Amino acid sequence: MSLSIKDLIGSLALSELVAGLGVTLKYMFKPSITIQYPEQKITLSPRFRGEHVLRRHDDGTERCVACKLCEAVCPAQAIFIEIDTESQVENRKTSEYDIDNSRCIFCGYCQEACPVDAIVLGPNCEMTTETRQDLLSNKEKLLANGERWKEQVDANLAADAKYR
Amino acid sequence: MAEILQVIHSFGEGLFGAIWPLVWALIKINVLMGPVMICVSYLTLAERKVIGAMQVRIGPNRVGFWGLLQPFADAAKLFFKETHIPAAADTVVFLIAPTLVLVPALLAWSAIPFAEGVVLADVNIGILYVLAISSLGVYGVLMSGWASNNRYSFLGALRSASQMVSYEVAMGFSIIPVVMLAGSLNLTDIVLDQKDMWNIIPLFPLAIVYFISVVAETNRTPFDLPEAEAELVAGFFTEYSAMSFGLFFLGEYANMILVSALATILFLGGWLPPVEWLSIIPGFVWFAIKVGFLLFVFLWIRATFPRYRYDQLMRLGWKVFLPIALIWIFVTGAAMHLFGLA
Repeated sequence: MSLSIKDLIGSLALSELVAGLGVTLKYMFKPSITIQYPEQKITLSPRFRGEHVLRRHDDGTERCVACKLCEAVCPAQAIFIEIDTESQVENRKTSEYDIDNSRCIFCGYCQEACPVDAIVLGPNCEMTTETRQDLLSNKEKLLANGERWKEQVDANLAADAKYR
Repeated sequence: MAEILQVIHSFGEGLFGAIWPLVWALIKINVLMGPVMICVSYLTLAERKVIGAMQVRIGPNRVGFWGLLQPFADAAKLFFKETHIPAAADTVVFLIAPTLVLVPALLAWSAIPFAEGVVLADVNIGILYVLAISSLGVYGVLMSGWASNNRYSFLGALRSASQMVSYEVAMGFSIIPVVMLAGSLNLTDIVLDQKDMWNIIPLFPLAIVYFISVVAETNRTPFDLPEAEAELVAGFFTEYSAMSFGLFFLGEYANMILVSALATILFLGGWLPPVEWLSIIPGFVWFAIKVGFLLFVFLWIRATFPRYRYDQLMRLGWKVFLPIALIWIFVTGAAMHLFGLA
């Protein structure tokens, strides 16, 4: 290892170290970028894929027509659908619609596959539970999610509609 | 001041009789140790805040206003945890070692003058005493590494011992010109000698050598090889938990404050203000400001530099700092002879 005179003087004067210290000192006076989570939250994109919601038509009937496309496309096989055999062809619907959130990978394929915009991944990401059982969502839970997040889901779908 | 002390002495002698000198010594120790321990605990908070700010984060702010009660929360957590002793460990040595790390760091404070005359023991060999006591800390480190009966601990202790011994040489040599200039080993005399010019101006390279050496002495980044977490888990205190771990932690931070105080006394003029007209501000405030700045530099360095490799560490100590310090001793001696200072 050979050092030129310039390098030697530079290393004795700790020039690179002082430059490094200057960078950290500069950053010390920059405003912090921390989001203090429970009080502050980031703005989520309209395309954010959170907890699933099942939507209803404006007249209150379920949108889902039990076509099972979401069940078929689901790569994690997290969706289980049973067709309501009592229902008529014109208002075909499901009797069971279960999503296993412990399997779901939140890829959003179910939303993409859905021909009637019934299953949508909503903006809710705070879905921790105390037991694994609570991670299994049945149809009532998903429809209730639809009621709970209706405004935001509608707004998100409207915001993203022109790109679809 | 003297009258107040007289009143306290006569009152104490009336109350305690013959054991009053002992009680008075205990009072003085507590008056010294209380602020030091508070400084140590708040240095941990300051470290997290400063490094947080440098990484564009906030740092702890949940416990108390601005996170000011965080050190107490940490202490409470450490107190209520279990002190786990490994089955293969040498129990007695294992438990003594953390104390041996913390106690020297606190003992050395007794010779540190905070302002003119404000010193627990104004000994004539103050600097020798401080150096001797502070180098005892390495025994605690070695004992902890050995007694843990763990390879990581042992390697960490070995690294720490060789590192502290190596850098003690450079540190000791960088102090010698200060002693030469002051003509005294008494820390108060060393400070008073800097009335006209702080030692950092004639001895600037040595001040840098001293500061980098004490960063290595206290096992701080970028010289924290003894606790290199990527290789050694936590180094010599891998097996420690709860308050026995807390003692190592306190020892490290107490050592940081101690060496900063020593650097202030040796190179930055102790309690002396930078210019004469600023002496309306009391001496201990200047002392605190200077020590605080040096501690900030410790944290600043930690936030900036990556860790040294072991051979680089040894090369820096023996091949760079030792020659620089030796040369500067010679230069100082020659200059003192030429200018007739000796």
